[in-house]
Amino acid sequence: MAQRASSTSSTSRSSRPQKKSADPAAAQASAQVVRDLHERMVRIRLFETEAGKLMEAGKLPGFLHLYVGQEAVAAGVMAALRDDDQITSTHRGHGHAVAKGVSFRHMYAELYGRVTGACLGRGGSMHINDLSLGMLGANGIVGAGIPIAVGAAFAAHYKGEDSVAVSFFGDGATNIGTFHEAANMAAVLRLPVLFICENNGYAEFTPQSKHMLITDVADRAAAYGMPSVIVDGMDAAAVHQAATEAVARARAGEGPMMIEAKTYRFYDHQGVKGLRHPYRSDEEVAEWKTRDPIDLLEARALSDGTATRAELDDTWQRTRDDIADAIAYAEASPLPDTADLLLNVYSG
Amino acid sequence: MTTITEAPAVALDATARELTYVKAFNEGLAQAMREDENVFVAGEDVAGYGGVFRMFDNLLDEFGPRRMIDTPISEAALVGLGVGAAARGLRPVVDLMFMDFIGVCLDQIVNQAAKMKYMFGGALSVPLTITTASGAGLGAAAQHSQSLEAWLAHVPGLKVVMPCDAYTAKGLTVSAIRDDNPVVVMLNKVLLGSKSQVPEPIYGIPLGQAHTARQGSDVTVIALGRMVGEALSAADELAAEGVEIEVIDPRTVQPLDTETMIASVRRTNRVLVVHEAVTFGGLGGEIAAQIQDAAFDYLDAPVLRIGAPFSPVPFSPVLEKAYVPDGARIAQGCRRLLERS
Repeated sequence: MAQRASSTSSTSRSSRPQKKSADPAAAQASAQVVRDLHERMVRIRLFETEAGKLMEAGKLPGFLHLYVGQEAVAAGVMAALRDDDQITSTHRGHGHAVAKGVSFRHMYAELYGRVTGACLGRGGSMHINDLSLGMLGANGIVGAGIPIAVGAAFAAHYKGEDSVAVSFFGDGATNIGTFHEAANMAAVLRLPVLFICENNGYAEFTPQSKHMLITDVADRAAAYGMPSVIVDGMDAAAVHQAATEAVARARAGEGPMMIEAKTYRFYDHQGVKGLRHPYRSDEEVAEWKTRDPIDLLEARALSDGTATRAELDDTWQRTRDDIADAIAYAEASPLPDTADLLLNVYSG
Repeated sequence: MTTITEAPAVALDATARELTYVKAFNEGLAQAMREDENVFVAGEDVAGYGGVFRMFDNLLDEFGPRRMIDTPISEAALVGLGVGAAARGLRPVVDLMFMDFIGVCLDQIVNQAAKMKYMFGGALSVPLTITTASGAGLGAAAQHSQSLEAWLAHVPGLKVVMPCDAYTAKGLTVSAIRDDNPVVVMLNKVLLGSKSQVPEPIYGIPLGQAHTARQGSDVTVIALGRMVGEALSAADELAAEGVEIEVIDPRTVQPLDTETMIASVRRTNRVLVVHEAVTFGGLGGEIAAQIQDAAFDYLDAPVLRIGAPFSPVPFSPVLEKAYVPDGARIAQGCRRLLERS
């Protein structure tokens, strides 16, 4: 494996502020939370696998950076948020949008470039947003959403609201300046920001070992006087517990925090399956798939008795129906009018 | 071509008094902050120190640390903070101190602030104001002296204003803050201490509306920012020779009021464009192209561009003086245009 899949102890570290290690065993969630996490993950999984099929069938223009494999992170964090909490996302943003509640119809219509899409067909996969749900957009520039989340947190603080802002980014993004600038600024201004690093082990095609010399991205938080925690990014309940604690802390005015979720991308950087440059082995992918986040949650739910097989299957079936509805809606939707090329370039 | 709607002129009234450019900016900003609780200022040394150019003097005293925020030297995060706050309904004013520093935060300006409304299908506005000091003349050398308006004017979604005096420094700043789009306010360092009549009450100057600073019939001179004053001094020099030039100050370079320019060229038949930025790839080329497209048959001579030579801004005062266009060069350019029959 290119990296450790589970949370590792770092309690012996002396760096201050202390980096904590979440205990997966302590991540006991209620049955309601388990079903919530399951549903969010299933919705992401089916949205993405269907989008991948549509792309391979030549039905979708542009790029697709699919989130399959990382579902536990988006689901776990978003289940800890309110609608008025803000998020900024990445080029791999569908999972965050789905987990935040953005409608399948608006998302598929956008992928199809239709005027009914989340961006009226102007943005595509990498700019899906829903301001009514606090989804401040996917982003085509690595690291660019991080300071924008700091700004959203600033606005909440300025207005005296207790909402928080969450920025998602990958391991690769922690090598870009905006991560460091934004982390420091959030810490200095003591803003309610959660920095969620989804460490999937690769910056595009470059393994973590070749793009940084540290094992735990969370170590970087200490440089900004910010606490951090490492969680198993394949364990939605563990992510949810860590996020819940970090959100509570931020809401209480105790400042920003970083969570590093060790996870894995099952599909390629872009699209479904890489056509060249075997940058990772089939064995590595297969090994991570044995820790599929949905399988893990389902197995635990069934053994705990927090859900029945029928309940879980019902979630899959309802989601498949929603997907079919949304794809039909997208395909039946009109294309943008070329007379409207200048729409929304400026306000007013 | 930009469609310009006629806006009421802001007359100099009984409240007008002589104010420096930087104090006029400061007054307009303070009034905009009183007008709208959602306006705040963030930047390096803007609060406690009042800004290195004293642009923000006394604002901390009046508005307190909630609305006047000193930030780390982190321009990308600073502009990003502005983008995120604007997306959430605030009207941030972020200060970049020297315009040359824009390189380290260009992504947040160009790929985020400028495009967000469009990319998001119009779901939001980004009412962000970026203030910065541009221009040569202080011996600040190549990394603290540039005029980079052409970079920004090229980006759909941005607006760019270039105040040429105290009156416009206040009015354009107020309009930038009131505008629902990202606007870059390019103050000019050499002009900071220059004085002109400024009304006391808050007023805006319409963005995208050029101003005819002097009327004339022989040559149209379109001058950006600090070059407006240089063009007016050229006008005095040429008037002594019996030549009357018309000086047009676009005030806003994005959107650009080409209608006012073209109407003038149709009367004068000769046009010179002057800016402090290097000539190559500067706005002079864009303005020349639009004029020849709309008024080719009216031109008695090719459009003449005057700008800086294609080199970084030099340090030594003797070189810097030779580098930046001035009234004498503008007057000489007008004479050349008039030599062609």
